[in-house]
Amino acid sequence: MSSIVKKAIMAVSGFMLFGWIIGHMTGNLKVFQGAEKFNAYAEFLREMGAPLFPESGVLWLVRGTLTLALVLHVWSATSLTLINRRARDKDYETRKGVQLDYAARTMRWSGYLIAFYIVYHLMHLTWGNVHHNFVAGNPYANLVSGFQVVPIALVYIAANLLLGMHLYHGLWSMFQSLGLNHPSYNLWRRYFAVTFAVVVSLGFISVPVAVLTGLVS
Amino acid sequence: MKLTLKVWRQETKDAPGALQTYEVDDISPDYSFLEMLDMLNERLEEQGQRPVAFDHDCREGVCGACSMMVDGQAHGPQARTTTCQLHMREFTDGDTIVIEPWRATAFSIVQDLMVDRSAFDRIIQAGGFISVNTGSAPEANLMPIPKDVADDAFDAATCIGCGACVAQCPNGAAQLFTAAKIGHLSLLPQGQAERDTRAVSMVEQMESELFGSCSNFRECEAVCPKAISIDWIARMNRDYLRAKLKGVTRR
Repeated sequence: MSSIVKKAIMAVSGFMLFGWIIGHMTGNLKVFQGAEKFNAYAEFLREMGAPLFPESGVLWLVRGTLTLALVLHVWSATSLTLINRRARDKDYETRKGVQLDYAARTMRWSGYLIAFYIVYHLMHLTWGNVHHNFVAGNPYANLVSGFQVVPIALVYIAANLLLGMHLYHGLWSMFQSLGLNHPSYNLWRRYFAVTFAVVVSLGFISVPVAVLTGLVS
Repeated sequence: MKLTLKVWRQETKDAPGALQTYEVDDISPDYSFLEMLDMLNERLEEQGQRPVAFDHDCREGVCGACSMMVDGQAHGPQARTTTCQLHMREFTDGDTIVIEPWRATAFSIVQDLMVDRSAFDRIIQAGGFISVNTGSAPEANLMPIPKDVADDAFDAATCIGCGACVAQCPNGAAQLFTAAKIGHLSLLPQGQAERDTRAVSMVEQMESELFGSCSNFRECEAVCPKAISIDWIARMNRDYLRAKLKGVTRR
């Protein structure tokens, strides 16, 4: 399979993950409306699609699609990395980056770290097996007591800064990979990437920060 | 000017190579970079040593023969400039300059700074042409082409195939070269008949030569002596993906 097809797979799967991230972030912001609204929203996630779909049916459909997208995203990244390693059998003694930006250069590492973070995040706030005081069915309490542990809140903040960086390159790069360019909107691709990288990053980070500052308790 | 050069020396393709240090003085700031290397070679010959092998031809910035990494940058620190058009006034007296060959699996080293770029020729052979009977030139105005389209096609066609894009790319990818060669034809009416097969054949030839993939680092356009834009890469991706969706295979 051509690397161009693999890049297209990476772009499309990345866009699916991005779409979900926007939804997840918007949902998280309900924490500012208080425990009742937030827990009701969490309950809605299980019930959405009912009665047409069975309980948690849509939720599992979304989970399945996301897992598939994540697998394809990581697979294409790994496969392309191997192609790129093979393409330069001996490296330079010196090579300077001319306009290479930090986010682009570290995509692989931000990607791997985010993958580890996702597993940790699921174990912490979904399954609760690494949470010190997990109460099943009360996500608001779990979130607040989880983030009151300062190192954990810092891990979340750091991970979402990485996510912002990953999106800064990825959201722009996606257009290139899919061949979506035109002189009249090329500049907007960068604006789009910067805007959503910042919005997603700050949106997610606002929650642990609000808990740490006592705004949400 | 007095300079310290660290030049990659390698006897043959498979021989081990290493950076060798040379001191050169009496270098005029008006010398081109290649003239500075000529001076080094003259002195090496006087001392009975083998001169440094490097590619060069027109020395006017249009042939694409000269090819070296100067201080970690393809064609050196000046933008839109081939090594032959780079002048020593860009450097300072006492500088140390590291000179290496293009490095890519697809470009094997012939000797010292010379690399074999025939992989590029094979990409062109795979489809970088239009199939027409040759003869006398047709009447220029028979085929109306808007000025801006002709200008865009010309921008891509200015690619001299030097390989700086591959050399600078952290992935060793040849996307900018291939995209420029596909793009200038895919923009013009003469290129339409073979547009899909051309995109598929050239891309797949490029990949079989073991070039890398594009991570959109934009390093290629930064060092391209003809400042060819990565917009061409997006266009190639579009052409290739569309051709694949139509089920087009290589020529």
